[in-house]
Amino acid sequence: MARLTVAKTYKMYIGGKFTRTESGRSIAIKNLQGEVAAHVCHASRKDFRGAVECARGAFSTWSDCTGYLRGQILYRMAEMLEGRRDEFASAIQTMQKMTIAAARKEVDASVDCLVQFAGWTDKFQQVLGCANPVAGAYYNFTTPQAQGVVAVIAPHTPSLLGLVALLGAPLCAGNTVIVVGSDVNPIPAAILGEVCQTSDIPSGVINIVTGVQSELYEHIATHRQVAGIYSAALAKKDRVEIEQGAADSMKRVRFSTLDGDDWFDGSITASPWNIEPFVEMKTIWHPSAC
Amino acid sequence: MTIATQDTSTEWDYSPALDSTKVTIEQKNKLYIGGKFVSPRSRAWFATTNPATEKKLADIARAGKADVNAAVFAAKTALPKWSRLSGSERAKYLYRIARRIQERAREFAILETMDGGKPIKESRDVDIPLVAQHFFYYAGWADKLAYAFPGASSSPVGVCAQIIPWNFPLLMASWKLAPALACGNTCVLKPAETTSLTALRLAEVFQEVGLPDGVANIITGEGDTGRFLAEHKAVHKVAFTGSTEVGKLLMRQTAGTGKKRTLELGGKSANIIFADAAIDQAVEGIISGIYFNQGHVCCAGSRLFVEESILEEVIHKLTRRLGSLRVGDPLDKNTDLGAVNSKEQLKTIERYIRCGVEEGAELHQTNTSRLPKKGNWCNPCFFTDVQPSHTIAREEIFGPVLSVMTFRTPEEAIARANNSPYGLAAGVWTNKGAKIFEVAKKLDAGIVWCNTYNKFDAASPFGGFKESGFGREGGVHGLRPYVRLGGV
Repeated sequence: MARLTVAKTYKMYIGGKFTRTESGRSIAIKNLQGEVAAHVCHASRKDFRGAVECARGAFSTWSDCTGYLRGQILYRMAEMLEGRRDEFASAIQTMQKMTIAAARKEVDASVDCLVQFAGWTDKFQQVLGCANPVAGAYYNFTTPQAQGVVAVIAPHTPSLLGLVALLGAPLCAGNTVIVVGSDVNPIPAAILGEVCQTSDIPSGVINIVTGVQSELYEHIATHRQVAGIYSAALAKKDRVEIEQGAADSMKRVRFSTLDGDDWFDGSITASPWNIEPFVEMKTIWHPSAC
Repeated sequence: MTIATQDTSTEWDYSPALDSTKVTIEQKNKLYIGGKFVSPRSRAWFATTNPATEKKLADIARAGKADVNAAVFAAKTALPKWSRLSGSERAKYLYRIARRIQERAREFAILETMDGGKPIKESRDVDIPLVAQHFFYYAGWADKLAYAFPGASSSPVGVCAQIIPWNFPLLMASWKLAPALACGNTCVLKPAETTSLTALRLAEVFQEVGLPDGVANIITGEGDTGRFLAEHKAVHKVAFTGSTEVGKLLMRQTAGTGKKRTLELGGKSANIIFADAAIDQAVEGIISGIYFNQGHVCCAGSRLFVEESILEEVIHKLTRRLGSLRVGDPLDKNTDLGAVNSKEQLKTIERYIRCGVEEGAELHQTNTSRLPKKGNWCNPCFFTDVQPSHTIAREEIFGPVLSVMTFRTPEEAIARANNSPYGLAAGVWTNKGAKIFEVAKKLDAGIVWCNTYNKFDAASPFGGFKESGFGREGGVHGLRPYVRLGGV
């Protein structure tokens, strides 16, 4: 008799802990054959608010880290991801008809993307910032700094790479992040929590919730502790809802236009111009003559 | 002889020193669309007045929907040719504009002062020179855009709707138009209804230098005109400077449309004075921080945080300095504070001053300038005993009203400065190098002036954090809102 497999029930990853939703709800994720592949948590607005609190609490720790240290931590995360290639490849294949080679290619691209962002942590400041030659006796320079808590709404495809590319940009600049996993295939997001836990990401810097994304749009957009929102491939009505909600606290909203093969090109996904929407430019003046 | 006993402190006064340059103003000021001054299809006009005399200066066209359509159509029509023109050719138009502004600087300064009420020494020495500098600075970028965005290619956004406020009328026009045109966009600019005259005169400069028709259009009107413009389907970009309230409205109206936005909104900026600062210089910084342009400045240092141990000294010096300010005829070269821009704004400021008194703060209104009988005048003032919860410590007043509060530690100063939904600017005064940079780093503000305040330059990015909006104007960062980047 065939062995009964142990189907995993994935928890969410909030504040450095694996937790179930306070609502007690879960969603059965069916694979392409229509069998239940796993169960994931169906997050409530309260779960999201809890995640925001954790992310907010971790912000000064993460944004005050030197770029060098953030880079090493992100690189460590890439190492952990590399070590679980097969698990991620099969998670991608669960919901998407693709060869194992194609799934591995997506995992590899995700690892490489993360490595690229790891490299940017102590360099994007020099590309995005500058000294300004004002017409007077002043030192004047502009430097980028992190905004705060950024909500990442993961695209459905590519289910791992899309998530990593959108997560990497705000993270490398020193923002803390709440990922809302894809509701079509949330498994890569759910496993990514395990990667975070085994790398050196401080608690609360990356928080991952799963469930029905559209249920959370309004709460994400109107939560006053959320500084920015990053997503890709959203329908127009969803973009309208998010931007209207975001107006009241002037959130920085970025709808990525990355598509198709773009995702696999690290020079595109890990461009500093994708980091730029999640930093604030600060210009400092000081007299240079007395 | 009686000289020895004469009270010299209050009786002596300067003789009036009025700028005598004559500036002529058309009685009917038309819309500038497609390179021509045209009568409004709406057939509607409104009056613009001199806020220092309450006398009508001229009639201004009120652009309706059909006028907005015509202006956007002109910009759209001009776009292909202008955006394909080589950067070095675009640059030369902008250089010419800068030159003509310099040549006509006195005329612009006087007109700005007559229409808006700001002191002539500010329009002459600050506003108009900065306007020329902006065009000159961005002219040079037009053929160098490939160097502005490393690793990415850039292309123009398209037709830009630009809506500007009344506090720095021509300066705001230059902040909007110069980078947009340098990047190959075409524009429709709407000045504020109380201050349209200098923008329309800028249109004359565009004609003089032969700027191609439709590249920059200037339409006048009130809030509705701005709304029609921002909502227009053929507009690709909305750039707005003004109140946070209207900024939020614009963000909602353009939600999901894919229109790019730059919003430069309100502020309640903190000016922090440590005990180890050079106090006399700091007091000058407080004065220019809050009383510059009658306090009609989005980045005004309207919340003053003084280290507790020097409060008495600062208040003493501030009181003395406030007493020496000259409030009056904006065209007088010795005037420090001119007229409040409109009756409506004067009422708003007066309401805030009453509110400060009612909520228990102590009002210091010690300036004794003799104010003219006619016109919109506000006696500059400051409040002590201000609590962080007081309305005057939280809301943007946009007038010459300062709230003074105290702190004991740098951490407290930073926390209180950041305790605001706004994040436009901040000031820090201390002679300790590491302290100044630590505080500057921790303040949530887009501009931090250290041992100085209210300095502006075309090469220096300006714009805020949080509800003070997003996008930067000035410097290389000021190009970003006017390009689409490829390859990212």
